Amino acid sequence: MSDISIRVEGLSKSYRLGERQPYKSLRESITNAVRRPFGGQGAKADTFWALQDVSLEVRHGDVLGIIGRNGAGKSTLLKILSRITAPTKGRAEIHGRIGSLLEVGTGFHPELSGRENIFLNGAILGMSRVEIVRKFEEIVAFAEVEKFIDTPVKRYSSGMYVRLAFAVAAHLETEILLVDEVLAVGDSEFQKKCLGKMGEISRKGRTVLFVSHNMGAISTLTERSLWLDEGTVQAFGTTKKVVETYISVGYRPARVWTATEENHHPMQILRVELEPESPILDVREGFQIRIDYVVRRPTQGAVVSAIIHATDHTPILSTEDVDTSTTMLDNRRPGHYRTSVKIPGDWLAAGTYLLRLHCGVVNHAIFDDISALQFELTETGNPKLRMHKRAFILPYLPWSTEDRGSNNGPA
Amino acid sequence: MTEMPSTHSSAQPELPITIIKPARGWSSQPLRDLWEYRELLFFLVWRDVKVRYKQTVLGASWAILQPLLTTAIFALFFGRMAGMPSDGLPYPLFAFGGLLLWTFFAQALTHSSGSLVASSHLITKVYFPRLVIPVAAVIGAVLDLLVASPALAVFMAVHHVPVTPRILLAPLFVVLVIAAAIGAGLWLSALNVEYRDIRYTVPFLIQLWLFLSPIIYPTSSITSRLVSRGLPGWLVGLNPIAGAVEGFRWAMFGTSTLDTGVVAASCVVTVVLVISGGAYFRAVEREFADVV
Repeated sequence: MSDISIRVEGLSKSYRLGERQPYKSLRESITNAVRRPFGGQGAKADTFWALQDVSLEVRHGDVLGIIGRNGAGKSTLLKILSRITAPTKGRAEIHGRIGSLLEVGTGFHPELSGRENIFLNGAILGMSRVEIVRKFEEIVAFAEVEKFIDTPVKRYSSGMYVRLAFAVAAHLETEILLVDEVLAVGDSEFQKKCLGKMGEISRKGRTVLFVSHNMGAISTLTERSLWLDEGTVQAFGTTKKVVETYISVGYRPARVWTATEENHHPMQILRVELEPESPILDVREGFQIRIDYVVRRPTQGAVVSAIIHATDHTPILSTEDVDTSTTMLDNRRPGHYRTSVKIPGDWLAAGTYLLRLHCGVVNHAIFDDISALQFELTETGNPKLRMHKRAFILPYLPWSTEDRGSNNGPA
Repeated sequence: MTEMPSTHSSAQPELPITIIKPARGWSSQPLRDLWEYRELLFFLVWRDVKVRYKQTVLGASWAILQPLLTTAIFALFFGRMAGMPSDGLPYPLFAFGGLLLWTFFAQALTHSSGSLVASSHLITKVYFPRLVIPVAAVIGAVLDLLVASPALAVFMAVHHVPVTPRILLAPLFVVLVIAAAIGAGLWLSALNVEYRDIRYTVPFLIQLWLFLSPIIYPTSSITSRLVSRGLPGWLVGLNPIAGAVEGFRWAMFGTSTLDTGVVAASCVVTVVLVISGGAYFRAVEREFADVV
């Protein structure tokens, strides 16, 4: 009982929909009041549930990952827990001081110097002045801005700005820390440093709730994860399990995928089929990916691609229909098309894979991005030859070995 | 949202427990909140003041120049050309005494009414008592008032105004006008979050309010007119600025009599303004992050 850090019971949050601006104009309120003087808000606007009946318990020292698509309710949950916004229903109980990093550099003022912003931002995040003074040197060193500490931050490069902002946040010492996607900033070097700092924080026995789209970061930093979708809890448990289910969602274990509705784009993938139809796909035989698509308007620069992912979403293989035909890249004329590509046998290792299909103009437009099928490649030959190999691609490549005689060794 | 300090936690008594639930009614302790977040309040005031005068040539002297220049213009048009009465005082002194408080009030209202919307990036990202924001805006204006007030001493010296023990009461009237600014600021800043009309109303409101307040003319010129129509003179005090300015001039310049009715009415109105403003603010503040 006493080692509970956060207890959430039936937490829900709704927003009103259908109003262009969330705020009202005075005239609107007055006319409504005149029209219906005896209560009633006019036609009830649609409500949108950003969070619905979420319950969970987090123990002291737990590092919990929160994953889900955009708009799944992750940020709403963090905002309620950090008291920025009130829930509509339910309750939450928080044992300990809570610090929230929903963005880095909250309240930074461009006209103020780095030094001044450290104090301002620290105060906004809930640090006391004494605490900031004590950690000042450490913060400056972590951000690597010693030379510019008395320069207004408007003259900082964006990298310096982000480093300083994260440095202040990283030195917040509350028992509970809520972190929303702050690692998605800065260059990769600095991201690594931030990840390291996050790991250090979590090892100190503090409770951390960590929202991220970066499954790698979630997997390294957290033991348990919560998956939210459309405001409800989809899964809650060990990170490995939750992340795997989250990633493979949408991918049906089947041989055929068919589009259910028209996307109104210039091109659309209508149907995908894995061949042969036999009950298993043989590692030695390989398989065929057959794609039916439609071109609705003449389109330039478009590609249809098949991407094979491992179950942790690592992309293994990506191939496009224009790889062998650049005339299609130049122009596609309206009509229905069927294209197919052969993934050779003795290539991919046995195991489960995800097939994603993509259609669009590179760097310009996405017409389709389909989490289509989950399929299994089965070992049917003598497994002894490759069972010990740990890799995704296991082709038999032509090695050449020549006999150099027995007297040509060193010595 | 309400916060309850833990009194009976067993294993880790040092950890405060926060209960989060759909809030109904008002959380009752705004003053305790302000005290708890006094360092943030300090830093926000410091930021506002620091940023306000950065990259200005004249810096904080703007705080003195504004009431001073207005006084010069009023003295020319109202004092000299229109022959406005001024309770027997030299008109520039009379006007500056009022304008000192009025400039503060107008600044405080301008800054605080827009303060919440201007801080939307903070409100949607971090929790702290929202009260800190409009209060910091008013305190920023108080600092300007402090910077400008030595000019009043110069005015008094130039016009040979004798210093009486009454001057010790002057701070009370300054407190009255600060309280009125906080009360009005709470109302307007919270209303502005929901009704963006406020942004357009405030400059207009301030302009009207100036003419409704005894800044250009003495309080007595209105009260006497009210009394001659059989109305009580204290009605002027329904405008809290009237009582504050009347009292301030009385304390500083030794104008013969104090219209206690006006001052009392202003005190009552100010108390009502602060309490109702605080209550309205608390009632709607939990929605700020969703609306702002």
